[in-house]
Amino acid sequence: MSQQPLLEVRDLDVAFYADKRAIPAVRGANLTVYPGQTVAIVGESGSGKSTTAHAIIGLLPGTGRITGGEIIFDGLDIAQSSKKGFESLRGDQIGLVPQDPMSNLNPLWRVGTQIKEALVANDIAKGKDADRRVHGLLAEAGLNDVERRARQYPHEFSGGMRQRALIAMGLAARPKLLIADEPTSALDVTVQKQILDHLDGLTDELGTAVLLITHDLGLAAERADHIVVMYKGHVVESGPALEILKNPEHPYTRRLVSSAPSIASQRLSSMRAREEVREQAVQTAGEIAAEVATAKEAVGKGEDDIIVVENLTKVFMLPGDRPWRKTELRAVDDVSFRLRRGTTTAIVGESGSGKSTVARMVLGLLDVTEGTVRFDGYDTSQLKGKKLMALRRQMQPVFQNPYASLDPMYSIFKSIEEPLATHGIGSSKDREAKVRDLLDKVSLPASVMRRYPNELSGGQRQRVAIARALALEPEVVVLDEAVSALDVLVQAQILELLNDLQAEMGLSYLFITHDLAVVRQIADDVLVMQDGKLVEAASVAEVFDNPREQYTRKLLDAIPGRDLLTTA
Amino acid sequence: MWWYAARRILQTIPVLLGSTLLIYALVFLRPGDPIRALFGEKPVSEATLQQVREQYNFDEPFLVQWLLFLKGAVTGDFGQSFTGRPVIDLVADAFPVTIKLALMALVFEAVFGIIAGTIAGLRKGKLFDSTMLIVSLLVIAVPIFVFGFVLQLIFGVQLGWFPPTVGGDPSFYNLLLPAIVLGLVSFAYVLRLTRSSVAGNLGADHVRTARAKGLPEGTVVRRHVLRNSLIPVVTYLGVDIGALMAGAIVTEGIFNIPGVGNLAYQAVIRGETPTIVSVVTIMVFVYVLAALLVDLLYAFLDPRIRYA
Amino acid sequence: MPKPTLPGQERYVAPLEETPLAAVDSVQVDEAPSSQWKEAWKQLRRNPMFLVSAALLAILAVIIAVPGLFTNSDPQLCELSRSLDPASPGHPFGFNFQGCDVWSRTLYGARASVAVGVLTTLLVVLIGSLAGAFAGFKGGWVDGILSRISDIFFAIPLILAAIVCLSAINNWFPERAFWGGISAVVLTLAVFGWPQIARIMRGSVMEVKNLEFVDAAKAIGAKDSRNLWRHIVPNSVSPVIVTATVSLGIFIVAEATLSFLGLGLPASVVSWGNDISEAQRLVRSGTRLGVMFVPATALALTVLSFILLGDAVRDALDPKAKKR
Repeated sequence: MSQQPLLEVRDLDVAFYADKRAIPAVRGANLTVYPGQTVAIVGESGSGKSTTAHAIIGLLPGTGRITGGEIIFDGLDIAQSSKKGFESLRGDQIGLVPQDPMSNLNPLWRVGTQIKEALVANDIAKGKDADRRVHGLLAEAGLNDVERRARQYPHEFSGGMRQRALIAMGLAARPKLLIADEPTSALDVTVQKQILDHLDGLTDELGTAVLLITHDLGLAAERADHIVVMYKGHVVESGPALEILKNPEHPYTRRLVSSAPSIASQRLSSMRAREEVREQAVQTAGEIAAEVATAKEAVGKGEDDIIVVENLTKVFMLPGDRPWRKTELRAVDDVSFRLRRGTTTAIVGESGSGKSTVARMVLGLLDVTEGTVRFDGYDTSQLKGKKLMALRRQMQPVFQNPYASLDPMYSIFKSIEEPLATHGIGSSKDREAKVRDLLDKVSLPASVMRRYPNELSGGQRQRVAIARALALEPEVVVLDEAVSALDVLVQAQILELLNDLQAEMGLSYLFITHDLAVVRQIADDVLVMQDGKLVEAASVAEVFDNPREQYTRKLLDAIPGRDLLTTA
Repeated sequence: MWWYAARRILQTIPVLLGSTLLIYALVFLRPGDPIRALFGEKPVSEATLQQVREQYNFDEPFLVQWLLFLKGAVTGDFGQSFTGRPVIDLVADAFPVTIKLALMALVFEAVFGIIAGTIAGLRKGKLFDSTMLIVSLLVIAVPIFVFGFVLQLIFGVQLGWFPPTVGGDPSFYNLLLPAIVLGLVSFAYVLRLTRSSVAGNLGADHVRTARAKGLPEGTVVRRHVLRNSLIPVVTYLGVDIGALMAGAIVTEGIFNIPGVGNLAYQAVIRGETPTIVSVVTIMVFVYVLAALLVDLLYAFLDPRIRYA
Repeated sequence: MPKPTLPGQERYVAPLEETPLAAVDSVQVDEAPSSQWKEAWKQLRRNPMFLVSAALLAILAVIIAVPGLFTNSDPQLCELSRSLDPASPGHPFGFNFQGCDVWSRTLYGARASVAVGVLTTLLVVLIGSLAGAFAGFKGGWVDGILSRISDIFFAIPLILAAIVCLSAINNWFPERAFWGGISAVVLTLAVFGWPQIARIMRGSVMEVKNLEFVDAAKAIGAKDSRNLWRHIVPNSVSPVIVTATVSLGIFIVAEATLSFLGLGLPASVVSWGNDISEAQRLVRSGTRLGVMFVPATALALTVLSFILLGDAVRDALDPKAKKR
């Protein structure tokens, strides 16, 4: 095959200018894409993957500049093209499918009009002819009832539908190269798989080359022939997808491969580690249970099932289409489960499944419509006053968004000290010692105490949130998507920390997540929820090896890169 | 969308009721003899006092007074001014002039404000933008009557391009200078709002996507930046009608324009509180209704509300 | 079966010296701790708008505190014989219609005008923030009532309301001295100015109360009221501060306009509004314009400073610049 590469990026340097200083974002990047191929750029945030992609299509944000290197597209160096030069390339030579479907569509124009724009601007079609093509493009992207849909506005579409519309827009002018920037990260996992499958099929049919930007190594290996791994602006490794997965050579790639949940979760080593953690945790928890049963201030009978949820239901009344009518939304419908002391139960579901609502009801942050939540034998809705305060001490949350879970006005010390101060525990000297101890437990230096949340990274803030949750020495920690917003490597670190803490302190975890792949590394039992209902409840091993329900199977299938290490 | 409209219209009713009550209470709810106090220091005959008392139904309890006042307002009976003519007649004569003036001011501020604001937003940080920023700050910082006098002096008296006072002939040309004065401060706000809206939208995700489609920059700005930027400006223009009413009092006073604002101005100078109350009530009614119309227009323009 | 690799896509591993690995997620220990407010301050310091306005306001503060530093004349000492006399030593801008020193009156007039602005703003922020925070936090019918009430107040433009109010007050209390006059104007403006701040505070509180650190505090067992004052309100004040700063300037302008209509501060009080309005009759004849321009410029510069300050503060507190 003597093919000419469609895109060759050679020694590309990109920098951002702030206050006259140049901050390099991409250094000496090299990559090649052949016609019809799919190449993936994999990296965490700050790796420069998106910047490289935007540089190729000439859409760097205002302060960004290409400071060196060449971008050779179809034989011509376009790196220093003028605005008009890029304009003629965009759409019919190079297309873009951006990341966030809601913010990337103009809310004021109809979807069909926005797609039509792409056709008109690239001289593909006009007027009625263009309208017909738009319908064809929408159908091609997998939408039904295209004539009606074309006349609708973006807010009337679901997230998956919007992404399909963006795909239709990107492919409208039949570009030779399609840049897909994390095209499905904002979507539910089952929808992701559908859309990516569809995109694959479409680009194969049209012969479009795809440059896929993603943070998920498993996804990249599944969908691309060739992978480029980026770290801090450099390309650290590149090569055929499966080879990189099986034999990563650069230390960073090795870290990625060992941390990526979809891949890591398949290894026996991680499953064994989990077993050990659980054994130790259950033992420690048993000792604590015995103490609790006799202690007066604590709430608890020392039972083995520390949380028992029965027939839990939550109904929201939403405004209906008429002012006097309200519609019922059953966010949680008759859910029952048990959390055994010293273990982790994961609740898995996509958006709208009700998993977070369950967590909030268990924590007592949301009123229950029907059903009961029992904490160590006591019905939580019956607890008041001192007993309620005691309950709070024994059950604590860690939330998802590291940028919102700490009060920006409070120093780290104050944030972690607050629970102690609220419950009047110890003198201020005692409290300071305790805060130091907690920071040490979560592997943060004590000097962090004087700092403020805006100075810490997302992973560091989550550690502080964990330290805060542990301040009152709870028995149960409810982790509501606590690692979902973190980069892969940081996520792996936090999961390891959580496991260590569980073994050491005999904690019981209720772990809410949408990512089934993460579950294997941290959970013992799994509850799968869909549309408010409990679909399947089983141990982790059963769910992964022998799922009973079809929805569970769908979720498992949707994990990107799941089968890679076992097949081939 | 229709439910939004219905709710919005229903909301207007308590607002109208509440605001008339508030205005009425401000003036008439006080210990002592409010009617006597209305005239302040001026000597006034017992007969006039009695007439005014009857006019404002002072023998009745306060709330009834207000309801009767309201009834009068709705039927157009606002009593008589001190000159003897029914207030409603005075207002009816004067209103068209003020509407003309206000509309001219609105057009001036909208057109120039949006154009200047757009250019400034597109070229943020450059010379035009910095100049406009300074100009808009100066315009807001200087009271409207100072501008009125200065411009009247320069363009009316010294250069003679416009008649310094309008008097009996409120023609389009004669009203031009006063309209500019009236709309100046609002022009500055529209400029600032458009500017920040445009500058903000330029970096928006959907604008980047529009560029990615291969649209030429001019089309991107027109269809994706401007269109989205205008929505907050339209909302502001609705609120601005109230400011124009207030400003008209000063502007019509300075340029001697026979409008509603001048009525109020003369009443203020002479201390005729009852007339002021009536005129202000009418202005408030007009403002609330105009704001309602603008809100409905906005709902129509934003598909997220129209097709909710 | 492995596919043959195409040129440019062979296996590549970057040399480790060029791409060293940092520890995952390490903390920087060398710099001094810096909170959000400190960061905002740092940004503010570098903003030329802030520096200019701060300098002007500093000068203003000195003028208000010790006007005697800048002039020897007594602003109340007016002799009709000197009416409209031109500039002379010790009287850089001559005399106004009543024979008072223009420069001196302008300097002393700062007190009344700025007092109106500052006091009104304080009241408006106090009432508005409390009402808005309460409504935003409680939601439900409490919020509904507040919204209706503020709708009613909003329906009456500030100047119109002030006109109605003050013309009534003028008739009730024709004799007012310094503090009486200022109170009347301040109270009137404040009564109609608070809804704007309330609305902003309400919006801010409604956003903040859904943030996760509030839930975390609840989960610790903190009571609602404690949460409100310690967590929610401090994080909601930024937009209020910005608006209040700009409003201060607007209130000063409003006072001047009311004085023009004869409804502002009583004539016996030395204020910019009074001086400008009085000087207006001279403008028609086109002579001795300095008599109007000097207080007008002082007013404009003061208001400009507050608005510039408000803009600079808003830029510094911009949330987009806050996240790492």
